[in-house]
Amino acid sequence: MAVSNGASELKAGPNAQAAAGAKLSALFAGTMGPLIGLVLLCLALSLTTDTFLTVRNILNVLDQVTVLGIMAIGMTLVILIGGIDLSVGSVLALAAMVMGFVAHPDYLNLGMPAGIVTALVVAGLCGLVSGLLVTVTKLPPFIATLAMMSVARGLANMITDGSQIIGFPDWFTSLSIIRHFGFLSVTVGLMIVLAIIFAIFLNYRATGRSLYAIGGSAEVARLSGIPVKSLTNWVYAICGVLAGLAGIVLAARLDSVQPSSGFGYELDTIAAVVIGGASLSGGVGSIGGTAIGVLIIGVLRNGLNLLGVSPFIQQVVIGVVIALAVATDTWRRRTQ
Amino acid sequence: MSLDPSHTQTPHLGLFVSGLCKSYGPVQVLADASFEVRPGEVVALLGENGAGKSTVSNIIAGSTKPDAGSITWRGKPYSPASPAEAIDAGVGMIHQELKLLPDLSVAENVYVGRLLMRGGRIDRAAMNAQASAQLRRLGLDVSPERKVRTLRIAAQQQVEIAKALTLNAELLIFDEPTAALGSEETELLFKQIRKLKAEGMSFIYISHRLDEIAEIADRVVVMRDGRIVARHERADIPVRTVVEQMVGRSVERMFPPLSEPGSETLLEVENLSSPERSFQNVSFSVRTGEILGIAGLIGAGRTELVRAIAGADPISSGSVRVAGKPVHLNGPAAAIKAGVVLVPEDRKAQGVVLDQTIGENLAIGNFDHVAPNGWVFPRAVQKFAEAGIGRLGVKGRPNQAISKLSGGNQQKVIIAKWISRPPKVFILDEPTRGIDVGARAAIYDVIADLARSGMAVVVVSSDLEEVLGLSHRVLVLSRGRQRGILDRSEASNVAVMELATS
Repeated sequence: MAVSNGASELKAGPNAQAAAGAKLSALFAGTMGPLIGLVLLCLALSLTTDTFLTVRNILNVLDQVTVLGIMAIGMTLVILIGGIDLSVGSVLALAAMVMGFVAHPDYLNLGMPAGIVTALVVAGLCGLVSGLLVTVTKLPPFIATLAMMSVARGLANMITDGSQIIGFPDWFTSLSIIRHFGFLSVTVGLMIVLAIIFAIFLNYRATGRSLYAIGGSAEVARLSGIPVKSLTNWVYAICGVLAGLAGIVLAARLDSVQPSSGFGYELDTIAAVVIGGASLSGGVGSIGGTAIGVLIIGVLRNGLNLLGVSPFIQQVVIGVVIALAVATDTWRRRTQ
Repeated sequence: MSLDPSHTQTPHLGLFVSGLCKSYGPVQVLADASFEVRPGEVVALLGENGAGKSTVSNIIAGSTKPDAGSITWRGKPYSPASPAEAIDAGVGMIHQELKLLPDLSVAENVYVGRLLMRGGRIDRAAMNAQASAQLRRLGLDVSPERKVRTLRIAAQQQVEIAKALTLNAELLIFDEPTAALGSEETELLFKQIRKLKAEGMSFIYISHRLDEIAEIADRVVVMRDGRIVARHERADIPVRTVVEQMVGRSVERMFPPLSEPGSETLLEVENLSSPERSFQNVSFSVRTGEILGIAGLIGAGRTELVRAIAGADPISSGSVRVAGKPVHLNGPAAAIKAGVVLVPEDRKAQGVVLDQTIGENLAIGNFDHVAPNGWVFPRAVQKFAEAGIGRLGVKGRPNQAISKLSGGNQQKVIIAKWISRPPKVFILDEPTRGIDVGARAAIYDVIADLARSGMAVVVVSSDLEEVLGLSHRVLVLSRGRQRGILDRSEASNVAVMELATS
């Protein structure tokens, strides 16, 4: 396994130490750069502000990144197979509106569970349609999901003719507010559990490893007997479901749903995945890397707020970070 | 042959290359390379991959700078800093991968970067007229307004040559010009080279096809490990001599002895046809332990045929049976399950995932084996990979990037990927393409071993020697039709070529 893999490369040194080092490097394989960036960022913010390194603030950061984090998991899968999904922001809004429409007393009033399930199904279908456009119609993923981005946004607006739906049951909104065991809200817990499940899936399941093969070379994967088309459909469908889930989490945080929500989130999500070391040409990336990418964006926003930097300057800084992260990554790959 | 430096003493206005050196980091790819090209002659540059041929050509064509050494061209010192400077000096290079713009017209491609202008507008009439004059000079009747994408590879190559001619090139470097050409197209190219040669043009000709060197070259320069190891004043030297100079040792036994095939029929192909008619009504069978070679010219439908048998491309009619059971050809997965595996033609694009390690490449397609419950543990991958690596003698470790391996070792990894199943039918398409001459023998041994272990083996190759040396029987295709199956005893160069060109 990874331990022996790495250990055989290390020629000298005490075995235990070598094994531990190998384990650590295997866990963060290819994500060392972003990880160092995150640590430096946290160090800098700890030194320049009194408030950054407090339990309360760290929990805040986690709360703030849940929506982005859940979407980024799905996006990681899509980017791994060499695709891209521009529709996640719109699908998030559509799922949230469907949930509100089905569950809210002013509309269908069928209850929250029915609303949540319908929302996830609709989001999954959106993803599946994107997938089919890619695999059957042979549209480039960029175009297929660009189309879905427009369609889903339109549908989200059609449901209530553009107006928002406000007010959900207390138990629902408290999912993102009440911190169980003193620190963990249900939504943050959900994000962490999903990240762990998908990390295990990608690392240790045959299907997960197949996604890396598809991203590395779809033709090699196909000739090796991997069902490339059906896996591609599944990946887009899962990405859709996770975007829908992110919409539900956002609804819980805001106690309302609106058709304009999630606007531009697709770009934040792609940025997080790419900062985490994934390659847009596919085959390279990991959930660990994406988690670091999500945290870098979250910590950066939080820290710049604490420092009182204006949101406009924040946009500039985040743009620079994206360019820097990918540039160092490219440079590192070239010099290897 | 002579290694005597006095060869550079004859005064003429051609190309003198002397003492060129080039290193990338600690690796010296070119050491003290000296040779000359006289006006109106074709010098063949031979050597294995990595021998330094490309480096020399790139230096002469201006895309690489040497660390030391000098070049004299037409009596003047010549050190081009860019391909543009080389072109200005009359030196052009036709790359193996053609550098054309597929969506522009023939004329636009010929004049790209220096479109003819009149009164501030592009003068299409003049451009078309001049481009088609150059094409006619090459004996090519193609409308200058046609999109390059719609031309066959051979015609596209002619466009590149025409482009060089309008640039007043006097020295042309050809890098593997015939790799993608059929025999008729090759003949046409040779005719053009002879004609231009008579007009005083010089050529440096790089090729792996040793048989065509005797036909087209005047002199031969052999390189090995960045050095020039032999210069021949004539081109009709025995292939064996050249191969030995290229690999630096004597090639005792290229092909392994073949074992007797068994009696049981493993693969039966009946009346197989493709929807695009790239092959029609092909029928053959292969027994256990038998190697069937498939020969034919480029475009005869060989690759299409074996891809269809391996489930990679759809068929329109016909059937394939493995060990008596019909195979439903609806995808590679079904074929693999039935015991038919394919080592594809294009190693880099279809055979290996270059971003991944040797172990990961071996595991792709074997997850049912490596991970019986769907759980892929690195330890299992490692163990599986070590077994495959050991069995085929791959020079590498499981966690090493596959991109760092030589072509021959990559090919072994692809073979090793399938060997553990074990498959019943092993198909190899161009198993030694792009692999050094010295490393080929190892691949041949592996193929013979596959047959010896009882598999039915099908080998497709453009290298006729290879098909003849490896196969018990040879199936010959021509324009998608099966022209015959020759027994080893009756299969000769001539017999196969007769059928292939019919």
